[in-house]
Parts: sequence; structure tokens; C-alpha cells
Amino acid sequence: MDNASTVLQLLFSGIGTGSIYALVAVGFNVIFKSTDAINFSQGEWVMMGGMVAAATVTASSSPVWLACLFAVLVVTAVGLVSERLVILPIAKPTPLLITLISIGLAICTKSAVMLTLGKNPAGYPGFAGDALVTVAGATVHSQTLWILVITAAFMVLAHLFFEKTVLGKALRAAAADRDAAALVGIKARSTVMWSFAIAAMAGAIAGTIITPLTLTSYDAGTMLGFKGFSAAMLGGLGNLYGSLLGGLLLGVLEAFASGYISSHFKDAIAFVVLLLILFWRPVGLIGKPVVEKV
Amino acid sequence: MTGMNDVMDRSRGRIKSAAPPRRAVRRFTSDHALLGGVWLVLAAYPFVAPNDFLVSLGVLFFINLILIASLNTLMGFCGQISLSHGAFYGLGAYTSGILSVKLGVDPWIGVPAGMLVAALSALVIGLPALRLRGHYLAMATLGFNAILTVLFNELVGLTGGPNGLLGVAPFSIGGLDIATDDRVFWLVWACGGLVMLSILNLVKSRVGRALSALATSEIGADALGVNCFRYKLVVFVLTAAMAGLAGGLYVHYNQYASPETFGYFTSVMLVVMVALGGWGRYWGPLFGALLYTAVPEALRSLGDFELFLFGLCMILVLLFFPGGIAAAVSTLGNRLFGKKKAGGRA
Repeated sequence: MDNASTVLQLLFSGIGTGSIYALVAVGFNVIFKSTDAINFSQGEWVMMGGMVAAATVTASSSPVWLACLFAVLVVTAVGLVSERLVILPIAKPTPLLITLISIGLAICTKSAVMLTLGKNPAGYPGFAGDALVTVAGATVHSQTLWILVITAAFMVLAHLFFEKTVLGKALRAAAADRDAAALVGIKARSTVMWSFAIAAMAGAIAGTIITPLTLTSYDAGTMLGFKGFSAAMLGGLGNLYGSLLGGLLLGVLEAFASGYISSHFKDAIAFVVLLLILFWRPVGLIGKPVVEKV
Repeated sequence: MTGMNDVMDRSRGRIKSAAPPRRAVRRFTSDHALLGGVWLVLAAYPFVAPNDFLVSLGVLFFINLILIASLNTLMGFCGQISLSHGAFYGLGAYTSGILSVKLGVDPWIGVPAGMLVAALSALVIGLPALRLRGHYLAMATLGFNAILTVLFNELVGLTGGPNGLLGVAPFSIGGLDIATDDRVFWLVWACGGLVMLSILNLVKSRVGRALSALATSEIGADALGVNCFRYKLVVFVLTAAMAGLAGGLYVHYNQYASPETFGYFTSVMLVVMVALGGWGRYWGPLFGALLYTAVPEALRSLGDFELFLFGLCMILVLLFFPGGIAAAVSTLGNRLFGKKKAGGRA
């Protein structure tokens, strides 16, 4: 019985972290779909979400949920403006150039947060305080449950957005075939802007809901971005459901590796498994092979 | 059609009759002369540098050059994006460093051993990873780097963990320690020159032509009988060995190694420097290494603003000179000297 509750506890913590990775992976995927590039600023937006929310809680003593909402709006705007400032001016955008410029953007975002909000780690209580909840014998932080609920809600809304709304359909059309989409009046450049806004929003949501559990600081973004990228790869790049699968799998893998083998080596173990999966299925778990032409 | 058959036969080395015997490699080209000239000019640096600090930056420049030039060979001439160059750099440094600290092995044996370890691990990781394309290759190499970072940090008994590996012996020749900046300079100057020379010979050879074919279109090159996978693997292993050499030089110069030097950030920055210098241009890494060494020092006085300006400069250079500094210089040169043909592989 004790063993079963340990497994359950690890499972909860894994799914909690995994949900965060999944949200970050969604961000990678949305931008990948519209530009074919890997956006290195994704992780910085996660960090920024947490930092802005923490600063708002400290400065205004507003309720945590309101501060988080505010932070998500700020970071979404930052994502949108970043695209206008550094991606739009590229004369001949190639995936590689966008990727490289996004590294510069990541460095700027990180240091801008450091210069304005400081170098100290920041945090705030969870949406339901720091209460612990017992679920089937496993003790879980109430924020973990909030993470699960919010991630699930985000995934459903993202699904509805891409399937039902005009903007969502336009983004999908542009991702499927930029030229054909342009012929029916979809502006490719504005879809890139929206994809940056959506990616920043996904990142910021992840950042605001994980911060009560882990704290955050200006240099926390790189690692989160890195994990989210791995999750996106694991599921299959360019696939919304792949992100969810990849994120949860990576989170659970890490939790069990640190619970049963060694917490020091959990990252190494997670990456060894990730490499093995990648070698076994070179396009991710549910990615489709792309036929290349000369 | 005959032309195509000819290429196919040649690439397998089966051509015997018909064509007259081919000269294998043009041994000495104008690029060789230029390389010799540039290295002679660089040799003057310690004599004009006003203090030891600037000489030490010169040492770092050559170590960075070896890293960036080798990565440029893989990325620029071979079209493969690797995010594990920092890991091979670290393997070279830690292998030689640990051999020196724990077993008292001489650096002249330790550094080649480090290169061998880097090369072998590149072989092991490259066999499966180089079958992946584009972003998936980047992911696999990034994962490999992440695994090694964990090992450098956690195998405290061997590596010293996050505190770093202390007490690494310097190079020495016949009892004379090569520990001071002005002595190490000549060692890294020579190693840097040798690496640049081997890269030049590689890209000018038949292998180099096969590489540029596969960088343009892998399927196209495969169809012409170039064994892309084998070439990629050979270059991956070679460039890893070069990064291992850089690591060995670094650890015996600093007499210290710490895990963050060889982490994810280093690997990403090396890729950035290849791009800023001039992607796939022979002279590009010279500019990349200059930037990587000098710019952080120049910005250091600005304190916390350093990182922000660094990122900003990066974005601006990429926006205005997407081909890197080498491309900008070559365009400028062509404009000044009125050559019509711009671009090409410098």
C-alpha cells in the first residue's frame, strides 16, 4: 500500500511538471508551425511570466490569480512586440536565421528581466494558498491540481481555437501552405506575429502556475525552454497533441528517475531515454515523416 | 549521362582506365599562402600587446578559433547543426585534466587521449544521431550535451563537481613549464594554425567537394553516389577531436576546469559565433573567434548591461549581415576592388 502511494505521488508530481513542459512545448510548436524555426526565447517567456507575477504580488498585494492574469497579458504583449521588432525586419527570413535571432532575443529578454526585476529568486503562494491535499493516499500540493486543471483547460481551448475560430484556421492554413494561404488572403507575416503572441502566452501561463511550487529567477528560463523543446521533439515537432504527450512523458520519466534511481542523475536519465526514443522513432512519437525532395 | 557515371565511379574510387590519372589534391593554393601570411601577422601579437592580460586574451582567441573553425566545418561545409560541441570541448578538457590530476599523466599524452575520447564519443553518438535530420539532430546533440553536463557536475570523485577540477599541471618541455601567457601563446598559435591548415586541406580535397554537395542536397548527393552518412560521420568525429584538442589546451592553460564552461550555453554560443563570423566561409571563424573573445571583455565595464548589449548586437549583426562578418567583408572587398562576382566560399 505504501509502495502504491509512492508511485501515485511520483505520478502526480511527474504529471504536474510534465504539464508545464507540455505548455512550453505548445509554444515551440506554434512558432515552429508558422516559421519552421526553433524559438530560443520560449523559455525566457516562461521565466518572465513568473517574475512579472511575483513582482505584481509584492508591489500591489493583489490576489495571486489577478497578478498571474496580468503577467500573462504583459508577456503575451512582449511576445507580440518582440516579433514586430526583431523578426519582421528580417529581409529574407530563413528558419535558421530566425532561430539564431531568437537566441539574441532570448539573451535580451533574460537580461531585461534581470535589469528591471532584479537577480533575487521570487515566488508567491499558490492559488489556494499552500494547502496540501490527500488524493488516494498520496499527499499533493494543491497548486499541482491547479496546474493539471489549467493545463487541461488550455489544451481544450487551444484545440477549439485552432479548429473553430477564423484566426486559428488562418494560422493552420498558413502553416500548411504559406503561398496557398496568401492566395486566399491570409497575410503570412501577421500569422507569424500571432504565433509569437500565442507562444508567449502559453509560456507565461506555464511560468505563472509553476512558480508557487519551484520559485523562479531571471536565469531559470533556459532550462525550462530546453525541457519544453525536448518535450516538443519527443512528441513530434509541429503537433499539438504530441506536445501534451511528450511533456507528460518527460515529466513522469524525470519524477520516477529521481524517485527510484537518483535525483542527481534525473536529467541525465531522462535525456538518455529521450535519445533512445528519438533514435527509435526519428520523427517523435506521433510525428509524421516528411518526404524530402531534391 | 557519361558525366554522371564518371562522378559515380570516382566517388567510389573505382575508376581505373579511360581517364588519365587525376592529381589527388592541389597541394598549395592561394588560400595556403594567405593562411601562412595571416599566421605570421598573428605571431607579432605578443610583441605589440601592451600587457599580459591582452596576451591571455590572445591565448583564448586561438582556443576559441579551434572550437569555432571545427564547428564551422561541420555546420558550414557539411550542413549539420550540432549542439554538442561544448560537450566534446569538455571531454577533451576533463579527460586530460583528470589524467593529469589523478594519475600524473603528462599533458603531451593527456591531450591526445582527450582528443581520442572526444572522437570516440562522437562516433558512438554520431552513428545513430547523424541519421536524424535538421532539428532532430540538434535535439539529439543537445541531449548528449545535457547528459555530459550532469556527469561533469555529479561525478564529484573524478571531476570535482560544481567546484571544478583543481590542480591541473601545465604543459612543459624538458623541465620548462609552459604556464605563462606568453609561452602558452606559441603553443595555441601553432595548434590553431595546424587546425586551420587541416581544415583548408579537407575542404580543398575530394572529401570537401563531397561535403559541399551533401550540404546543398543530401538526397542529390546520395543519388550521385556520395556516401553522405559516412562523410558526415567522419567530419563529426574529426571536428569532435578538434574540440577535444581545444579542451586539452584550455585545461592545461587554466590549470582548472569547471562544468559551466562546457554546458548548453557554450554549445549554443559557438553555433551563434559560427553564424556571426560567416557560415560556411573558411575565414569566417577568425571573425567569430575575435567577437567571442573580445566583445564580452569590451562590454565588461558596463556590468549588468553587458548581456543585454551582447544580445542586441547579435540581433543587429544578423539582421544587417545575415551572411556573417566574412560575407560583409568579402562584399566590401569586391566593391572596393571592383570585382563583379560577389559571394562564393571565401
